[in-house]
Amino acid sequence: MIAAKELARHFDVSKPWLQRTLAREPKRILRAVDGVTFDIPKGTTLSLVGESGCGKSTVARLVVGLYPPTAGQVLFEGKDLAAARAQPEMRRRMQMIFQDPYASLNPRWRVHDIVAEPIRAFNLVPDPAAQRERVAELLRQVGLSPLDGGKYPHEFSGGQRQRISVARALSSNPEFLVCDEPTSALDVSVQAQILNLMKQLQRDLGLTFLFISHNLAVVRQVSDRIGVMYLGRIVELAQSENLFLRPRHPYTRALMEAIPDLEMTGRSRTPVGGEVPSPISPPSGCAFHPRCPLANDRCRAEAPAMLDGVACHAVQEGRD
Amino acid sequence: MLLEVKDLRVEFPTRRGVLTALNGVSFSIAPGEVLGVVGESGAGKSMTGAAIIGLLEPPGRIAGGEILLEGRRIDNLPLAEMRKIRGKRIGAIFQDPLTTLNPLYTIGRQLVETMQAHLPLSDAEARQRAIGWLEQVGIPAAAQRIDAYPHQFSGGMRQRVVIALALCAEPQLIVADEPTTALDVSIQAQIIALLKRLAREQRTAIMLVTHDMGVIAETADRVAVMYAGRIIEIGPVRQVVRHAQHPYTAGLMASIPPLDRKVERLAQIDGSMPRLNAIPPGCPFSPRCPHVFERCRVSRPELMPAGATDAACWLHDQPGASA
Repeated sequence: MIAAKELARHFDVSKPWLQRTLAREPKRILRAVDGVTFDIPKGTTLSLVGESGCGKSTVARLVVGLYPPTAGQVLFEGKDLAAARAQPEMRRRMQMIFQDPYASLNPRWRVHDIVAEPIRAFNLVPDPAAQRERVAELLRQVGLSPLDGGKYPHEFSGGQRQRISVARALSSNPEFLVCDEPTSALDVSVQAQILNLMKQLQRDLGLTFLFISHNLAVVRQVSDRIGVMYLGRIVELAQSENLFLRPRHPYTRALMEAIPDLEMTGRSRTPVGGEVPSPISPPSGCAFHPRCPLANDRCRAEAPAMLDGVACHAVQEGRD
Repeated sequence: MLLEVKDLRVEFPTRRGVLTALNGVSFSIAPGEVLGVVGESGAGKSMTGAAIIGLLEPPGRIAGGEILLEGRRIDNLPLAEMRKIRGKRIGAIFQDPLTTLNPLYTIGRQLVETMQAHLPLSDAEARQRAIGWLEQVGIPAAAQRIDAYPHQFSGGMRQRVVIALALCAEPQLIVADEPTTALDVSIQAQIIALLKRLAREQRTAIMLVTHDMGVIAETADRVAVMYAGRIIEIGPVRQVVRHAQHPYTAGLMASIPPLDRKVERLAQIDGSMPRLNAIPPGCPFSPRCPHVFERCRVSRPELMPAGATDAACWLHDQPGASA
């Protein structure tokens, strides 16, 4: 349904021209996303996980067209996204849910108007009475009361606000939803409510999801396939259960090792050393090599290509 | 006991009446012990930490109860006295390292100043110790980086500097409020390992406030679970995580997405925590509780022995036990 081909997005983070010229500095380019390829079949969920700065949110924004790509393209049902988004009908079919329900809802609008906005923008239900009915139905669908439509966002808790965001995203009858850390700002008991709701909606409405998260446990609950990102690239892409049962890339393994686990009470473990390098000056070769226990000269010199779901020389050479 | 908190009550006067943010909070921490304090946002866990270090945001005030450090009350000390205790005997680590560090001073100067405020050290000695502390918390090339400014460090490195600052006057107690929440998992694991080592080697007591049960399970010896300004369960970490006695703790544990398997549907606690101005009578959890019965709605349970933990729940009120 949706596919990304060698998608890249670079940001120019140079100092202003005059300063740069006087200091004889070169331009500084931040390669937020650097060649990402994936596809999401209809009705399934692809998740992208990674630490902060790995480019996962930038991918989300590229996929819905909030940023134009620097290189590569996004295909929506085989058509280039840039062309597809020119048609309102195509825009209607994709929606986004953001991380912070405190920032993504207009505090001066009533919930009814927030949820109805996409309906009005695409002129889906012109009759006001029918529109009211549709909003009430959406609010019921996400577990709120139709009476909540008359309230303002500040009257709701974080979890309820995220339900409003979901209702708004659903109001244009989309087929594809991009969720950027939809539960990261929520408490854990409320997070479970929202994750259950999203899974329920996917079953009922046949939605396709691109799910962005830093939390591997959350991702395991919702995904069909998972892409692990590091410094602007996908380093491993696999079926969800395979990834957890048989993580192959050293970074995926390190990430899983690092997660504090309830079952591990009292046991100690060895944390991964080092930190994510700056995407402005990424390491040569494989970006993970300075932290990788399996790195050798080839890793330092040559960036590995994605082969059979994993981009790692060591795995491909059988050194792992 | 190093720290004892007895029946602590914190109130916020507002235009619409007094809000009780903490109500009857009691616990203690021994030297070398890590006490985890968990709960959802608004449960009062950060407020408890702030009350202990004497940094409650006005108009919040301690309206009842006592806080004792080595048997001596510290909740009613004059400001100047408290300032001597803070830093010297109680160190604090906050969530956001940028707000703790002064952006205009090098980290070395901040460390030296903190140490000299509490310990009789010459400039050279203090600097030498500062380098030692930076090495302790795992900052590579500490001798070179001591003259760097906070903005020259990454998030994880800054949090290490904050920890070094909290440690450098060698406090007996550290109050760490969400010390790893702003950090990525791989850095988080490094910081947790560091805190555990301190408790073990220096016998530092740590009060670790976080909403992340995984962090607690890995780090804490005992856990206090807070809900609506009260401790509703407290006990050894293993028991609380595996055999929670309070329905809220059990619900909280069940709602954590498991890492080791996929479940069709996550357990969820319906509804949300009551706001401070609308705490129900009786047990504050009663409107969301799956085991609620009549008594819960009218009368508030205190902590009582329940299995291997203490839980504030009428389900554990056996005949003959004091209620």
